[in-house]
Amino acid sequence: MHDICTTTFFKDIKLEEPTQLRFKIWTFSFFKNITDIISTVEFNHSGELLATGDKGGRIVIFQQEPESGNQPQCRAEYNVYSTFQSHEPEFDYLKSLEIEEKINKIRWLPQKNAAHFLLSTNDKTIKLWKISERDKRPEGYNLKEENGRYKDPYSITALRVPVFRPTDLMVEASPRRVFSNAHTYHINSISVNSDCETYLSADDLRINLWHLEITDHSFNIVDIKPANMEDLTEVITASEFHPNQCNTFVYSSSKGAVRLCDMRAAALCDQHTKIFEEPEDPNYRSFFSEIISSISDVKFSHTGRYMMTRDYLSVKIWDLNMETRPVETYQVHEYLRSKLCSLYENDCIFDKFECCWSGNDSVVMTGSYNNFFRMLDRGSGQDVTLEASRENIQPQSVLRPCNVSTGGKRKKDEIGVDSLDFNKKILHTAWHPLDNIIAVATINNLYIFNDQLN
Amino acid sequence: MFAKGTKRKFSDPGEEPALGAELGPVVRPLSSTYSLQRQSLLDMSLIKLQLCHMLVEPNLCRSVLIANTVRQIQEEMTQDGTWQIMTQALAAAQCPADRLVATEVLCRPSEALAAAQKEEEEEEVVVAAAMEEDVDSEANPLSSSSFLPAPFGAEPGWEDEEDDSEDEDSEECPSDAEDVPDSRRGDQVFGTFEIKHPAPPPDPALEELFSDVDPSYYDLDTVLTGMQSTPKMGPYDLLDSLSPHAAPALSTGTSCRSDLNELDHIMEIIS
Repeated sequence: MHDICTTTFFKDIKLEEPTQLRFKIWTFSFFKNITDIISTVEFNHSGELLATGDKGGRIVIFQQEPESGNQPQCRAEYNVYSTFQSHEPEFDYLKSLEIEEKINKIRWLPQKNAAHFLLSTNDKTIKLWKISERDKRPEGYNLKEENGRYKDPYSITALRVPVFRPTDLMVEASPRRVFSNAHTYHINSISVNSDCETYLSADDLRINLWHLEITDHSFNIVDIKPANMEDLTEVITASEFHPNQCNTFVYSSSKGAVRLCDMRAAALCDQHTKIFEEPEDPNYRSFFSEIISSISDVKFSHTGRYMMTRDYLSVKIWDLNMETRPVETYQVHEYLRSKLCSLYENDCIFDKFECCWSGNDSVVMTGSYNNFFRMLDRGSGQDVTLEASRENIQPQSVLRPCNVSTGGKRKKDEIGVDSLDFNKKILHTAWHPLDNIIAVATINNLYIFNDQLN
Repeated sequence: MFAKGTKRKFSDPGEEPALGAELGPVVRPLSSTYSLQRQSLLDMSLIKLQLCHMLVEPNLCRSVLIANTVRQIQEEMTQDGTWQIMTQALAAAQCPADRLVATEVLCRPSEALAAAQKEEEEEEVVVAAAMEEDVDSEANPLSSSSFLPAPFGAEPGWEDEEDDSEDEDSEECPSDAEDVPDSRRGDQVFGTFEIKHPAPPPDPALEELFSDVDPSYYDLDTVLTGMQSTPKMGPYDLLDSLSPHAAPALSTGTSCRSDLNELDHIMEIIS
């Protein structure tokens, strides 16, 4: 069941500074997915389709409504296009453990024909799904009745040619490939290569290269499993192919390093070509330093020149030509630095936040707690914190930027750090590739916003 | 938890400017607050590592990060000399049988672990009394940390000892701090907490209880990798290996003192 509510809010933020935030006014559509926890969100390459995966192994695809001339401001109209069960829970008899059906990642393939293809993965198995429309059906079979029952062959006296007649639109999702049994550890990433023929899948210790047509074997291209598992101190946390160079990919680690590998150099890319790592700030050294340096997401910019990493407290932009330090660093929620012990106790410190680029790479976005999400404008250096919350959104009310106060004195409309709800976390966000439309997933709800054009 | 959540190295403001953020074998006085915080963090981390009796495989990244934190604390405590004090207190406190019970309660093995451990190298585990320094630790560095939970399951008497050791600690520190860290101590950071198996328990019932328990349960390795050991077969050999491994899994499960609920659940699924 989906509860659809569309409202328009206008908020004009006039700032002291000469340059204004580009994303000043937001319209939103609100979908409620009451069935399960959303675990991944991804726009396709045109932005027309938005796929969400959930903890129950289901995928729901939304389609953008064609823009209506009357309401150019409401571009964020997305309606349900298709729903299907991608993965089922499994039981590993050997280890006596359940394999969760939760969808960890969805990646769309570039569209080649009328049908849409996407890869979806849980902890162990990747599947290629074909989503196609059917708006005609054949009628007038010779051997079958309209209801599908077979006719008595002796009753057929004439021959006719079946014809296609228009019918209600049906969207079908069918699994075309199942890529299984190649990962011992939990898959955390999949990434389609720019060659559109291969893709990689990464688990905690290994990365495999697949061909989309071949399901019974894959090539292992990275293996960081130590000979002795007791020596294990670092795991792979995310991996992605370069958007333009089909030989290049990166993978991030729990120690805060990103390694760039060139597949032309060797079959097994254990030797990285480049390593991007920032030395630790000695002023902030603590027992939690390593944990908060663990990278939860890595994303190339659309141009391929830059790369963004998300660790627990910050977002860093790296120039691929410079390995020593990031070119830009943005604090997401620095006020949490003094709360690391509590966050370690309640396991929030292990939350894996994702990040995303805007279509033109000028703005980056990531989630936080209390249903806050942050947008960071690289051009102006400004940032805004917004809240995805149903309670705060009513007709005629204003969607305003939020502020978290750290000091003793709290200003009006500010929320104190201790009042933040750490159960309300936004881990998954996505940005339309061609427009300023964003999808933000709270635990159970999907919010879609678009900015206002002047 | 505490008012100040940040685990700074030096909680004594008077010391901070002098020592700055220097790490390594620097002589630094330990304030009791800092020691307490650090000990609490260590306890918390070990408890987190123990919570792996789930039906779903635990998150390897989380386990590795927690294990690294534990290792970091242990290294620092070794340098401070508090590590040895704590281990000695442990040794003095309890008899081996009690510790075995405590450990068994905490490290309750599942059939899965039993099956998985069959493949791993059997690791030699030495009695906790091997905190005596003359024991060579050929052991893997991680095996010791899993024994730290033993105090958690122990009688409240442990808590008193901890306080004692803390008091001792703060008194002794000025003198300890002067000592050059024993190089053997470094080796034994992880080697001091191993328990010898089979340690002959006085109680024949206990003996029967633990007869099927695989000693390698008690390794941190188990926590991290017990679920992961099957990869040694290779991903494509699952079918081949299914038959030889399925049998021991079930037989160990039935003979071991395992969680009956777990067994029921598995039988339900298999049938």
